[in-house]
Amino acid sequence: MSLEDLYKEIILEHYKKPRNRAPELEPHDVLVHHSNPLCGDEMDLRLRVGPGENGADTVEAVAYDGDGCSISMSSASAMTEAVTGRELGDALDLAEVFRLMMHGEGMKREDDLLDGVAFQGVAKFPVRVKCALLGWMALKDAIETHQRGQSEHRVEHE
Amino acid sequence: MTFDVMEVRKDFPVLRRTVHDKPLVYLDSAATSLKPQQMIDAVVSMYTTHTANVHRGVHTLSVEASDLYDEARRKVARFVGAEERGTVFTKNGTEALNLVAHSYARTHLGPGDILLYTEMEHHANMVPWQLVQPDIGCELAAVPIRPDGELDLDAFNEIIRTGRVKLLAVSAMSNVVGTINPVADMAEAARRANPDVVVVVDGAQSVPHLPTSLAELNADFLAFSGHKMLGPSGIGVLAGKPEVMETMPPFLGGGDMILDVQLYEATFNEIPFRFEAGTPMIEQAVGLGAGVDYLTALGMDAVRAHEIAILEQALPALADVEGVTVHGPSDPKVRGAALSFTVDGLHPHDIGTILDREGVAVRTGHHCAKPLIRALGSNSTTRASFYLYNTTDEIAVLCDAIRAAQDFFS
Repeated sequence: MSLEDLYKEIILEHYKKPRNRAPELEPHDVLVHHSNPLCGDEMDLRLRVGPGENGADTVEAVAYDGDGCSISMSSASAMTEAVTGRELGDALDLAEVFRLMMHGEGMKREDDLLDGVAFQGVAKFPVRVKCALLGWMALKDAIETHQRGQSEHRVEHE
Repeated sequence: MTFDVMEVRKDFPVLRRTVHDKPLVYLDSAATSLKPQQMIDAVVSMYTTHTANVHRGVHTLSVEASDLYDEARRKVARFVGAEERGTVFTKNGTEALNLVAHSYARTHLGPGDILLYTEMEHHANMVPWQLVQPDIGCELAAVPIRPDGELDLDAFNEIIRTGRVKLLAVSAMSNVVGTINPVADMAEAARRANPDVVVVVDGAQSVPHLPTSLAELNADFLAFSGHKMLGPSGIGVLAGKPEVMETMPPFLGGGDMILDVQLYEATFNEIPFRFEAGTPMIEQAVGLGAGVDYLTALGMDAVRAHEIAILEQALPALADVEGVTVHGPSDPKVRGAALSFTVDGLHPHDIGTILDREGVAVRTGHHCAKPLIRALGSNSTTRASFYLYNTTDEIAVLCDAIRAAQDFFS
């Protein structure tokens, strides 16, 4: 396992040219704030839900912003591309697929994860797994918060 | 007074190993120190030769173990200029501070009193006070830290001028920015303003690195941990004035801390045993005693001189790396060898991972001092902390590794 396993070109590319990284998303339905006290990472994630093609609740837009390491910020960037346009339940399933991949428990829906696949190597760096998961966990929380009928939530990860 | 660092390094077996095929450059001693063979041998001998519980057997092994445990207390007490009676073994430095919060603050402070700590404190010298505050009904106040990493003493003086500060808790050396605080002067000022004040010093970072005397610190209590000063983990110390400790009820109850137990009440043992409920950390105490022997043999003045020599090179070397900002005082004489820095455009977590690939072990994050980190205007820093086994050559390895991280992300 080499540094290049962790910091693949695609990851560095997302770090340097983040997608959907913005301090605002107007309008949005949910705002969640996630932090990882251990490394000091902080992330705001805003989610706009809209009716998809068949009327089901869908991720219409998602934006994140924050302060964190290259892995946490680039993973969130890749996540936004992978989930935009997906029905909420489908996005939750994809978040679970990503979580399992991070814990080395199999690889599914490779094509749907888009650049998220590049984070496979992070699983070999256990102390960095939480970094890669931060954005995905924030997304999952945003969807679940919305499904509870709420619009804000704060979470500190252990 | 100096020592040969290359000879010292031979005593630390872990320095023989490699990390990612590179020689280990251990710059995380503020988190925990490396362990000398002499300490390891002392701990092993407790398992191979003197296995027994202490203070409760008449057989030879128990007598030996008890003697070794008591001897460790004598060594540790002497090391910080405390009385044996006023030297309590705890499981770590944090527990020592919690002991003071529960057994002293709860019973001696009340509404109207101010419990004063500082913005610079490690969470261990902040959260215990926060936990007992609602029961006490006292006020909490914190001395702010200035941008240069030193305490705002004007603000401190203003708070103590109220005459209501009944407990002052302050770290002798910051675990993040390395600042050596003027604890003795602060204690004197606090006592002048209120003769009833009790001064609690967090010595977790200072005791391993500076010559220490409870009297010179002008402290009532000094808390520190064993594992940062060549000892094993699982042992901490609360050294204090016996006359203050005698006014305190027990913290935890159980065996060893009692004189007599009736069905519905008990009378408590003398200090320090009153505060050591149950079977103590026997092997750890003996290990800490061996660590103290090692430090005593080198001489704490020599340890401090070695670290100042390292700082004199490390501070300018780090400042020379483009984009690096070192936090805290720039004069080696008023700071310890824990160097927190930030690198423009690079997150500490990424720096830590890349440094690890070069064999360099540093700490990244908030260092259990979130209020301090926020005061620095940051979420996290990278911290390189040096100790008696570090060489000036390792400074160059650190700086090169930071440059390698910059190259990687450029």
